[in-house]
Parts: sequence; C-alpha cells; structure tokens
Amino acid sequence: MNTLLEVSGVSVSFDGFKAINNLSIQIGEAELRAIIGPNGAGKTTFMDIVTGKTKPDEGYVIWGEKSSSLLDMNESQIAQAGIGRKFQKPTVFEEQTVRENITMALKNPRSPLDLLFNRAAHDTEDRVRAVSDDIGLTDALDHLSGALSHGQKQWLEIGMLLAQDPRLLLVDEPAAGMSATEREQTTDILVRAAKTRAVVVVEHDMEFVRRLNCKVTVLHQGSVLAEGSLNHVTKNQDVIDVYLGR
Amino acid sequence: MERTFIAKNPSVLWFLLGLSVFTVLVTIFSEAAGSSVVSTSFLKTLGKTLCLCLVAIAMDVVWGYCGILSLGHFAFFGIGGYAIGMWLMYDRTKDIVIGSLENNILPPTPDEVTTAIGTQIFGVVGSSEFPLIWAFSHSLTLQLLAVVLVPGMLALIFGWLAFRSRVTGVYLSILTQAMTLALSLYLFQNDTGLRGNNGLSGLQNIPGLEAVSQTTLSLWFFWASASALGAGYVFFAWMLAGGFGSVIRAIRDNETRVRFLGYHVETFKLFIFTTTAMIAGIAGALYYPQAGIINPAEIAPIASIYLAVWVAIGGRGRLYGAVIGAVFVSLMSSWLTGGSAPDINLGFYLVKWTDWWLVLLGLTFVGVTLFFPKGIGGLFDLISNYREKQQ
Repeated sequence: MNTLLEVSGVSVSFDGFKAINNLSIQIGEAELRAIIGPNGAGKTTFMDIVTGKTKPDEGYVIWGEKSSSLLDMNESQIAQAGIGRKFQKPTVFEEQTVRENITMALKNPRSPLDLLFNRAAHDTEDRVRAVSDDIGLTDALDHLSGALSHGQKQWLEIGMLLAQDPRLLLVDEPAAGMSATEREQTTDILVRAAKTRAVVVVEHDMEFVRRLNCKVTVLHQGSVLAEGSLNHVTKNQDVIDVYLGR
Repeated sequence: MERTFIAKNPSVLWFLLGLSVFTVLVTIFSEAAGSSVVSTSFLKTLGKTLCLCLVAIAMDVVWGYCGILSLGHFAFFGIGGYAIGMWLMYDRTKDIVIGSLENNILPPTPDEVTTAIGTQIFGVVGSSEFPLIWAFSHSLTLQLLAVVLVPGMLALIFGWLAFRSRVTGVYLSILTQAMTLALSLYLFQNDTGLRGNNGLSGLQNIPGLEAVSQTTLSLWFFWASASALGAGYVFFAWMLAGGFGSVIRAIRDNETRVRFLGYHVETFKLFIFTTTAMIAGIAGALYYPQAGIINPAEIAPIASIYLAVWVAIGGRGRLYGAVIGAVFVSLMSSWLTGGSAPDINLGFYLVKWTDWWLVLLGLTFVGVTLFFPKGIGGLFDLISNYREKQQ
C-alpha cells in the first residue's frame, strides 16, 4: 500500500510537558485506522500537528506522492491539499441551513472573487444531494443546522468533510454522545468513506472501534505503544497495563 | 430550484420600493417643487441621513455579517469627505481669485493665481504654500478617485497588517479605534496641510453650478444620496447572497472552522474591510457637500462608536436593520439636541434633552444589547413568525 501520510520522529511540548514524544505513524491510501489511547496520550495534538494548528518542535510530516512537507503549509493550504478534520465537538454553522453548510464545504475554488462571480455551478445541487443522501440528512436540507440533534450535527460535520472530497479524513471522537443506533449509522458512514480515501478515527469507545474492524494504533504519553488489529493490541501486555487494565 | 436574486432576497425589493416612495414624496413636498413642507435645511438633513444610512450598512456588513467590530469606518467616511472637499474648495477659490484679479491692469501670471489661491485657503493657518497633499486638488476626476482609493488603500494596508497577525475581537476594535484617533489628531495639526481644526468649509457651493440655487442643489444631492444608498444596498445584498455571504457569516460564527474548510479567512476579511471602507468613503463624499463643512472633530473616535450603536440598535446582520438604526438614532439625536424637543419638568428637576440625550442613548444601547440582541429589525422576525403560525 502506498503511504499517504507519514509522521516521523515528531515531538512537541507545551510549557515543558511533552505532549508528543518521538511519534511516528504511517497512513496508507484508502485505509481506515483507529487511534486509541488514554486521556493526554496526544491524540488530539497529533491531529493538530497534521492539520497545521500546532507546529512540532522536531520531526517531519510528509504528505502525498510528491512528499511535500505539511509543516511548511498553513491550515487552509493543508485543507486544500486534501486533509479534512472533524472536531470533537460538532462545529457546524448553526445559523445557516444544512444546504449552506454543505455547499460551503464542497470542493470548489475558494477565493473571494471565485465565490462572488462564479456562483452556483450547475452540478452544485447534485453534489449537495449526494452528500446529504450519504449522511441521511436530505430531508433536513433547508433546516437551520442549529435545530439538528447532536447526532445529526455530527453527521452533518462528517458530510461537510466528505463534501471537501479530502484524501485523508481525521475524525475526532465521532461517537461521543450518540445513541446506539446513531453509532451504528456513524460506523457505516465512516466505513463507506474509507473505501475511497484514508480515514483516521480517534476514539475512546472500544465497542465503536471493534465495529470499525480496522487496524488500531494505541498511543501512550505521546508515542506509539502498539499497532495492529484490535485483537492483537488488546492482548499486548503494555496496552493492558496502561489503558485497558484500568 | 434556481430562483432569482430578488425572490431569494425579498427585503431588497421592499427596501427599494420604500426608498423610491420616500424620495418621490420628499421631492413633491420640497421647496424646489414650490411646497413649504420640507424646508431646504430639513431636506439637507434628510439627504445627510441617507448618507449615514449608507455608511451604516457598510458597518453592518463588516460587523453584523463578518464579525469585525471596526471602530474606524467613520474615519473612512471622513476621508471621503476631505477628498471631495479639497476639490470643491480649490476650484471655487480659484474662480473667486480669478474673478478678483480680472480688474488688475496687468493680467495675472499663473504663479500669482496659485499664490492667491493658496493665501485664500491656507491664510487661516498662516501659510500660502500648497502642501503636497493638495497635488491633485485641481482635478475633479482625481479627487473622485481619491474618495474611493484613499480609504480603500488605508483599509487594505491596515487590514493586511492586523488580520495577518490574527488580531481579532476586542483587540482589533481597539486597534481600529487607535487608527481613527491617530488620523483625527493628525488632521488637527496645521502642518498636515488640511487647515487643521478649521477643516474645509464652503463645501455646499459647487464650482460651475453657482447659478443653481441651494434649494435645487440640495434636492439634487438628496437624489444622489438616495441613489447611492439604493445602489449600495443592492450591491451588498448581492455580495452577501450565496456562497460568499455564507462564508462571511461563517467567519463571524467560527473563524477557525472556516480555516479548516480550506478558506483563507484573512483574505475574506480584508476583502470585506476594504470594500466597506470604500463605500464609506463614497457616503462621506456625498455627505459633506450637504453639511457644508468638514473638520477633524468629525473623524473623532466617538463618531465611529455612534456608527456601531446605530447598527446595534437597528439590528445587526440585516441590511435594513442598519438603515433603521441610522435613521432612527440620527433623527432622534438631531431632534432632541436641536432644542425643538420639549423639556420635561419633573417639579424638582428640569430634564433638558440636550443634556440627557447621550444618557438616554447609552441606556438604550445597553438595553438593546442585553434584552433585544436583534435590535429594532428583530421586530420583523416577530411578524414573519406570527404569519407562519397563522398558516
């Protein structure tokens, strides 16, 4: 499998606290990967580094066939390069409709002048439909997204990421606060998405990870503790000690 | 699914309709049309109010839609006024000077004319030299360009520096206020070359139109202001409809999230900041010929704060809200401070509106912000909600 994202030897510290310590992870194309670990293991900081929100003190983050360094790009350039991120808390634009939210995320030219003068390409409606069908929100297209339920907001946000058509999707705790049926639907959306792109899911919930049925990376104190199938890592003594044992 | 721009934005049609009816009514009842209902001075007040509405919608776009609480937009307004004022003053003084030198035995040389104009304009600050800043004042075209370009350039440079460093929220407000204060203090200096605290005056006299009476002129300016307001409203409504407006409102609500969607937030902010500054310049260029005089006190930070108060009271995030706020507050202000409002005698204390108006305004601002964040414009939501329930 070709490597899409390569994080190697990355360290970052905040006020002396090493949030990430010599971390190396490789993500392949069209791979579904779950990252688990106790609180403070550096899961969110890992995402911050990949998306350009935090600059590491040392190490490399290499992206794509051209092996370009993500450390030289800012947030919007990284997003345009094809990395989408879903935050822990659903952050959709509540005062706008579901349609507006998805339209904004669609992969289109993004300069002010493009938006002003090339309005409403003919396929916009179809593309919005395709996304809303995927996340099951077609009936709610004209509702304000602030009026959606918590689960629906999470799906809308995943939908907005899909609309960006990223090559790598970083998803932070997608199942938090969801009901059992909502979780199932979320798993389906993510597994489907991972057929055409790489999806990295950060999650606490073991049941959810089991259902994703994918390779798992366990983080602990800012570096990789174990990697492999869920069954493999849950048998690892280190993992049991630091995470599952408690 | 494709609907026209008007169908998506019914308020634009209503606004243009209301503005046209208002303009026609004022015209019919103006002194120029032989009526005495609307006096020339009141007509000027109305025309000026329309200009204030235009700068208020610009403020609404930058603050209510994009979330940038700029306390500098009245400075851009003032720059527009100064830019047109320089031409008005130069050209009219030139006409007067040439007229008075005609009786000389020897025809005056161009140098003599320039010196005479300079003495006339800059005598009050003890100078007769034309400062560099007046280099283009002989040309109406160039000064008209300056009306748009000088505020635009200032906003572009200032905005680029501020947004690039990701200065947001109250820090940006303070920064813009500092810019306004600095500009105002700079203009107060005689050395600046814009006549210090005297400002530019006699702007109500339009060179080349001496034969036209002020009665007619003020009607023309009223029409021009109404057209500019209508055009400005349509322009902003068009700009904010569709994807661009969507991104702008999203920046207001969650800038970071927009960045992760792949939009370059700073470019959008800079675009909005600069565009609204240019519109503010145009509004100022129409306002000050009706006011007749501009001085640095007009640009003082308090004016920009007023602008924010109008928009807050009228209703942020809706263009007609800004218009309502500007009309309501500025007319109330001129009524209550103009001495025509009756004082209230409480027996033990006489409430003089000239003293208490600012207190009332302040209390209204606090009250609106706390209890009616949607402002007066929010009342329209109540009506449309009521209608939906009826259906």
